[in-house]
Amino acid sequence: MPKITYIEISGKFQTIEVANGLSVMEGAVQNDIQGIDADCGGSMACATCHVYVKEEWLDKLPKKEDGEEDMLDMAYEPKKNSRLSCQLIVSDELDGLTVSTPSKQG
Amino acid sequence: MIKTDTLIIGAGPVGLFCVHQLGIIGLKCEVVDNLDKIGGQCIELYPDKPIYDIPAVPECTGEELTNNLIEQIKAFKTNFHLNERVEEIKKVEKKWITKTNKGTEFESSSIIIAAGVGSFEPRKFSTKEIDKFEGKQILYSIKDKTVFKDKTVCIFGGGDSALDWAIELSNTSKVILVHRRDDFRGMQATVDKANQLKKECKIEIYTKYQLDSVQGKEKIEIINIKHDDKSIKEIKTDYVLGFFGLIMQLGPIDEWGLNLDKKTIPVNTENFETNKEGIFAIGDICSYPGKLKLILSGFHEGALAARGCFKYAKPDEKYRFEFTTSSKAIKSRLGVKE
Repeated sequence: MPKITYIEISGKFQTIEVANGLSVMEGAVQNDIQGIDADCGGSMACATCHVYVKEEWLDKLPKKEDGEEDMLDMAYEPKKNSRLSCQLIVSDELDGLTVSTPSKQG
Repeated sequence: MIKTDTLIIGAGPVGLFCVHQLGIIGLKCEVVDNLDKIGGQCIELYPDKPIYDIPAVPECTGEELTNNLIEQIKAFKTNFHLNERVEEIKKVEKKWITKTNKGTEFESSSIIIAAGVGSFEPRKFSTKEIDKFEGKQILYSIKDKTVFKDKTVCIFGGGDSALDWAIELSNTSKVILVHRRDDFRGMQATVDKANQLKKECKIEIYTKYQLDSVQGKEKIEIINIKHDDKSIKEIKTDYVLGFFGLIMQLGPIDEWGLNLDKKTIPVNTENFETNKEGIFAIGDICSYPGKLKLILSGFHEGALAARGCFKYAKPDEKYRFEFTTSSKAIKSRLGVKE
């Protein structure tokens, strides 16, 4: 199973095996990763699963769909490497992905 | 003090259908919601997005679903208290007394919490030291636009609220619009209008900038905005407005003595009552083994919670199950003529 590393704002990090097909958000919620709220449950409607993607991964990820950038406008402290983790679907290509959570969600 | 059988907190789809379920069994209710309109997440987060899993409705938008639910409960002439957030609840003898932030008070024999993930609140700036200016020079909504007359107003955001206010206030104020990227997500006609005003030098627009810091002791004097390339620009302004949409906050619910599990309220699945007698929780905010956060599950939960409220509202009567197809009492409550 692909391994995803989540870095919390405190610096604490956890590497978790997430099944293909789940989103990076679901991997976090199912494993009690702090700092990813996902209030809307993954329908790209709330921007509370906002994460920063490690720079080297930026170009390897699937491009943002319409709407993700709009939602990121509302995220707390968005940056160039911001993504909504509900839109990152885990696959073998994402094995080793590292994301960090913002200081808060909204 | 408004007296009713049941107070519903939350006017989303689940709260609305629960009005129906209370209504057909002859119970009265009032509904409180912090949003300025009925519909909850359906209307605030995805009014135009199609939903495909409402039973017997192959496809509908959040707005259509809301309108249909409002239509379905029309006969009950329910009062909605919008723009109000429930702050405190307490039990006095056998009744629940509820108070909102606007001072409205309710007395009811039961309360149904259908509050989703909590109440919608404006998203705020993340910049340090802005707390002391919030509500004075830093605002997230506009109540009286005349205060901005002949002042400089710096507006942050890229959606319709930010654009509409930039255009509106440009008539009477100096307006500076700041957004984190080049694309605006507002309606094209509005974006075009804003760009036109920029050409006419009636609005200044800075894109790829975000608020970096604010300066000033009693009042804000200068704000600094930071470009993607890290360069800083100084802006002299009287007001700072942020339009970043709304976020859901659990708010005062965690002070009501209810058991909480993360941000949800555990309930029993017989009638969706919480650990407090007479307080029920339905929809996204409740949790139990096997819980699905679906609108259709919320409808079921509301139907059972409504029956649960019956014994508190009418302790001397026995609830009798009836079908809408055959019950004369239900048809009369629905105003159906036979």
